Amino acid sequence: MLPLLETSDLATRLLQQCANGVAKGSVYALVAVGYTRVYGVLQLINFAHSDVYMLGAYFSYYPAKWLGYMPEGAEKPKVPFYVLGLAFLFAVSACAATGMLIERLAYRPLRNASRLSALITAIGVSILLQNVGQMVFGADPKSFPRYMDQESVALGPIAVADTSLVIIVVAAAMVGALHLFVQRTRTGAAMRACSHDMRTAGLMGVNVNATVSLTFALGSAMAAVGGMLIAMDQPRLTPTMGLLAGLKAFVAAVLGGIGSIPGAALGGLLLGVAESMVGAWNTTYADAVAFVVLVVVLLVKPSGILGKSGREKV
Amino acid sequence: MLRALGILCLGLAGAFGLHLVVSNAVPPYPALIVNMCGISIILAISLNVINGLTGQFSLGHAGFMAIGAYVSAYFTTTLRYFDPDAARYISEAPLFDGLWGFPPALLAGGIAAALAGLIVGIPTLRLKGDYLAIATLGFGEIVSILLSNFRAVGGTKGLTSIPGYADTFWIYGSAATCLILTGFLQRSTFGRALIAVRENELAAEVMGINAARMKITAFVYGAFFAGVAGGLFGHLMLTISPANFGYMKSVEVVVMLVLGGLGSSTGAVVGALILTVLPEALRDVERQVELSGFRMALYALLLVVMMLFRPQGIFGQRELSLKLLRRLLPSRDKPGRQP
Repeated sequence: MLPLLETSDLATRLLQQCANGVAKGSVYALVAVGYTRVYGVLQLINFAHSDVYMLGAYFSYYPAKWLGYMPEGAEKPKVPFYVLGLAFLFAVSACAATGMLIERLAYRPLRNASRLSALITAIGVSILLQNVGQMVFGADPKSFPRYMDQESVALGPIAVADTSLVIIVVAAAMVGALHLFVQRTRTGAAMRACSHDMRTAGLMGVNVNATVSLTFALGSAMAAVGGMLIAMDQPRLTPTMGLLAGLKAFVAAVLGGIGSIPGAALGGLLLGVAESMVGAWNTTYADAVAFVVLVVVLLVKPSGILGKSGREKV
Repeated sequence: MLRALGILCLGLAGAFGLHLVVSNAVPPYPALIVNMCGISIILAISLNVINGLTGQFSLGHAGFMAIGAYVSAYFTTTLRYFDPDAARYISEAPLFDGLWGFPPALLAGGIAAALAGLIVGIPTLRLKGDYLAIATLGFGEIVSILLSNFRAVGGTKGLTSIPGYADTFWIYGSAATCLILTGFLQRSTFGRALIAVRENELAAEVMGINAARMKITAFVYGAFFAGVAGGLFGHLMLTISPANFGYMKSVEVVVMLVLGGLGSSTGAVVGALILTVLPEALRDVERQVELSGFRMALYALLLVVMMLFRPQGIFGQRELSLKLLRRLLPSRDKPGRQP
């Protein structure tokens, strides 16, 4: 993130924080769509989702590092874009596969068990991934190779880092595409049907298992993109990087209304901006914002901003 | 009542006996593990009241533990009587000094944690299942963020040079008190009401149980003993920092419960014992394979495998008691059973 511009103008500073917050929030939005879809279908907080995000960061880091040939003595060595493309494809497909595998091995056998069992399993899978990550990748932080000039782009009175712009554009494109997919295609209709009523959807000829698998694959792919974007922007990869980010993304999903993709996007952006604002005042309290937001939302409007409020049947 | 006191005295006597054995005949490292077992037992039993009996899935137990640890350590290390007229401390020694200062300090830690339990319990009343888990997780994280930012308690470095008051007697005395109290609580009307709330909140309400009150009381009760466990932990390890009380600590306690069987206090004890001794045994393995994270990965795998194949844990909701033992062991009274 860029330091504040030297300006006394409060409005400009607020705008600057907003811009920083939007970049941060875009990543939350990308991760939040995965939570929101899975919760919509299975009523399960997929704790492991945050670690799929972590895997996405690592899965894009290694190809970028190994393939990204840096010419010696270049002024500002950068990873070429085709390497980034390859890293992107690898991270997305590997994470989608991981997500499907997690669903198949850990969640599907428990689909009819109590929700508590599923929740505990999800926590277990999450810790497993974190620690296997630590065993495989090592606990020391890794840094993603540079791919852009990392300069700021002036947008009117404020300055935005070029990497932040990339985050915003890519995230908007991905979330938009997912939304269109869910709303406009037959497969998307099946996904919506499953989140509405899985049993009835099955009776209507929807292949429930395949649809749930697909939900996990798409959500995990989105998380992978988020992980890659954050890796390129704030290059400090650790095996536990997913924990806090994942929690915040889940809060974003709740804030926007669980089950809704535009809601997740909106919640992510709002949370990112709120965090940046608080962070400008005191960086350490920024992490607590999400939890305050969570408690307030659940007390005031548990269905979130864009969620449908369903009455709980007795 | 008399019977309860009798059992309690028996428990305390047992703790004292264990103390004599451990302090005289056990080398320091195994003694530390024995003491850690006691603290884990308190944590597991107290979380069982919230998660197991009342069915309120909390992931913030380490937060309560942290509050208890910090408050009691603050009492025994820093708090001194301040004379406002002379504007100076009356004495250099802490107010809660020495062995007689320790129980009040421990109690203060427990009460502070119980207050936190009350504060957390009230707003989270409307949350259920997964949402409650996330909210309590958030509470634990906020506690550790706040503690990292309090200069008065050492920030991220935490409190150091805490006097080592917590010996085997205090730890196991507290554990016995916790177990016995919880055992009686479980069998009381109140405990039945907690279980009713777990099984079906609506039906419990219809039967005239004030579910909100039950949930809050469970939180306060569990938080109190978590605070006591935290105080003991601080005075055993001699240093505490926010890193001791992270998310992983809460999860560790949850794993103990799940392993022993959610809802069973004696199951919690067994789970706590297994999961405190096992990692120490695995520490050598971890060193040999030179993979950090191996231990926690195994924990996690254990958790998932338990959930897939035996979700009710070792004991289920049953309690280990003399009656159960009698039923399991081949008895000599019944002639039909003789081989």
